[in-house]
Amino acid sequence: MKFNWFQKKVKKALPTFFIEYENNFLEIPKLTIEETKFIVFDTETTGFHKIKDRILSIGAVTLTNNTLNINNSFETYLKQDVFNPETVHIHGILKNGNHTKITELEALKQFLKYIGNSILVGHHVGFDVTMINQILQRHHLPNLKNKTLDTEFLFRKSKHAVYQNTLPKKRYTLDNLCDELNISKSDRHTAIGDAFITAIAFLKIISRLNKNNNLTVRDLF
Amino acid sequence: MKNSIAERVFDFLKNYPPFNLLSKDKLMDISKEINIIYLEKGKILFNQNDTNHNHFYIVRNGAINLYKNLKKEKILIDICDGGDIFGLRPLISKENYVLDAIANEESIIYGIPIKTFEAVSENNLKVNKYLITSFASKSFDPYTNEQNNNIFTDYIVKDKLKYSNLHSVNYTKKPLSCTVNTTIKEAAIKMSNQKVGCIVVVDDKDIPKGIITNSDLKNKIATGLFSIDISVKEIMSSPVITQTKKLTVLDAQLQMIKQKVGHLCITIDGTNNSKLIGILNNHDVLASLGNNPTVILKEIKRAKRTNEIRKIRSKANLLLKSYLEQNIPLSHISKIISEINDAVTIRVVELALKKMDSPPPVKFTWLALGSQGRKEQLLYTDQDNALIFEDTTTENYLETKNYFLKLAGHITKSLHKIGYEYCPAEMMASNPKWCLSLSEWKNQFNDWIINIDEKAILLSSIFFDFNAIYGDTDMSKELTKSIFKTLNEKSLLYTFLGKEAIASPSPLGFFRQFLVENNGDHKDSFNIKKRALMPLINAARLLILSNNIFEINNTGLRFEKLAEIEPQNKELYQSCSYAFKALLKFKTKQGILHNDSGKFIKLESLTKEEKLKLKRCFKPIREIQEVLSHRFNLSNKI
Repeated sequence: MKFNWFQKKVKKALPTFFIEYENNFLEIPKLTIEETKFIVFDTETTGFHKIKDRILSIGAVTLTNNTLNINNSFETYLKQDVFNPETVHIHGILKNGNHTKITELEALKQFLKYIGNSILVGHHVGFDVTMINQILQRHHLPNLKNKTLDTEFLFRKSKHAVYQNTLPKKRYTLDNLCDELNISKSDRHTAIGDAFITAIAFLKIISRLNKNNNLTVRDLF
Repeated sequence: MKNSIAERVFDFLKNYPPFNLLSKDKLMDISKEINIIYLEKGKILFNQNDTNHNHFYIVRNGAINLYKNLKKEKILIDICDGGDIFGLRPLISKENYVLDAIANEESIIYGIPIKTFEAVSENNLKVNKYLITSFASKSFDPYTNEQNNNIFTDYIVKDKLKYSNLHSVNYTKKPLSCTVNTTIKEAAIKMSNQKVGCIVVVDDKDIPKGIITNSDLKNKIATGLFSIDISVKEIMSSPVITQTKKLTVLDAQLQMIKQKVGHLCITIDGTNNSKLIGILNNHDVLASLGNNPTVILKEIKRAKRTNEIRKIRSKANLLLKSYLEQNIPLSHISKIISEINDAVTIRVVELALKKMDSPPPVKFTWLALGSQGRKEQLLYTDQDNALIFEDTTTENYLETKNYFLKLAGHITKSLHKIGYEYCPAEMMASNPKWCLSLSEWKNQFNDWIINIDEKAILLSSIFFDFNAIYGDTDMSKELTKSIFKTLNEKSLLYTFLGKEAIASPSPLGFFRQFLVENNGDHKDSFNIKKRALMPLINAARLLILSNNIFEINNTGLRFEKLAEIEPQNKELYQSCSYAFKALLKFKTKQGILHNDSGKFIKLESLTKEEKLKLKRCFKPIREIQEVLSHRFNLSNKI
């Protein structure tokens, strides 16, 4: 028997779908803001605990040059054993509801394929990314590689410097954002509906930031 | 994959033409392919002479300005707001854009791929027609701006009423005429006999010379200005305005307004030197303009043949439909339609009397029973009617009865021709059992009240809602009085009627599902009449009879009256009245939709909202049945 003390633990081979996802990041072309593809997404979860809670639904839309193509939107519902009756009233997804549900892994595969190397946009996007990363970890996979943009952060940025200090210290909810930007709140609290609303908010914020018509993607971060 | 955003887009598009003309599936196909575009204020969507996009656009929020660039200036052609479509014509004619489209304010627009749209709208005649109309009328002229909105309201109206003002008028042929030698009195007698409002004065070659109308008689004769024995020449309006028979409704209306007249004479070549062939008055124009209840009523009163009445009655159905679409209160709708139904019956009786060889030997009353008696008949339903004739001597009885049976035969036949089906149970005046003398009727009702059996209950529940439509109303009042007298002596009938009222099965099963028919032609349909309307009708009848009130037949009104009499149950009665009206409206809408009586409802054709609405109406049914069973002690006796 041959001991091999120093050999590093063999890195488990990554599944094909993840390799394909990673390959998107080998070379990222420099694009203008009009050419850049933004994926605005939202998740509905059983709660706010990143370990205990689970994603129930993911909704996402693609934005290129201020245009959203409905045909190219993403809406999926996940089968989960974790169920939290306390949040049902928010997202309305029942344990045995009538949405067609797929497994977490299947949803993950579809989602990675959908987002590719696009910039991910979300309201408080950190939480949604964390929840996706939790799925990746449960399947022994590395974290998401995409750049992310938070609409709350962008919104604060879009406010004139004079007013920046007067903004409330507390977090801006998506509802606050809708009120300020005059966006209709129908379909709020479905993943796809929130993704859509966030997308409209994102477009409005971008146009405010782009007053001088020289906004670059880099300026957003 | 589920696509919630597409559903949202669908909900928006379905309100606007031409999308409202597409089927649900096809519109969904389009909704899935839509681009949502965000435009800041002043952002250019396309410029004049740009190659066309593969999409045309509809404004979701905000507004888009369309400009035309001329050599020196830029002219604003149109401002498109929510629901307006633009950028379609260049796609169809395969040309470059002829206008600039610039956001007037922060806007969201939907881009509809022309390929998808063409694929689903192909062969859709209505959509093509809409597009042609809108292209033809949007001539891109700054002066058409203001009318742009009218273009499509116009279009929608036309489509709904299936009528355009461009068809030729329906004038009265063979108008009443007289010569210049006629005296005013003679002319007036002629007008009165024919029940018309005007007479044309013609020369010996039938060329119209003047006209006399009711208002001439009122203004020139009744005021004493002229004597009635002089020639019509003295008071006629002359010359007359003449037109050809090809006159369109629109032109006729314009002519009347321009010439300030109420009548136009129709001559062979349209000049006032040719023979008179007809007359057109503003009433005829109104009538051609569509569905106006007063016009319909007048037409019925003047109809000379059953076929005519049939045509007029079918107009009332269009009227009903548009009323329901406009959400006019049901109590109002049913009043109007009942008036029309009654007018039809009256005219039919009048015409039938003319067919008889002799006038009626004694006085008689024509009764409407059931839904017509309750003034709840909106669609064509079965005929339920009866006839009372005055008591006569024994030797004349048979002859009299035969006379009225024959008359009733004519009447029911005509009603059938008009669209009211024969009653399958033969509850019609042409049945010897329901064509009786007053004393026979009294005995019949007494018999029902005293010797109750199931059959009597079934019959009496129809007969207790009678309403005199034609003839002598004293007899029907006397009959009512006699009925109440017996009722007050023997109140057992109430128990039986109560039993009947609560025996109607509840509309909902234990698990709150709808109870449907188990067998027959209408298997798995919900019988809204039997399970929802009848319990309310029966309850209202019983309660109102027990309160000794007999002049109200209408179920809704009965409940309202009850709410007045018994304030302690006011809320329940009012909700019954409301539920009844809602259910009747529902039944009528279903009937129009499926062109039947609306009695049987296919549950799968209802939306969730409709089902909920129905269920809400069922609540008072259960409660009123409980009230009945307490009040009439029914629980012990069943």
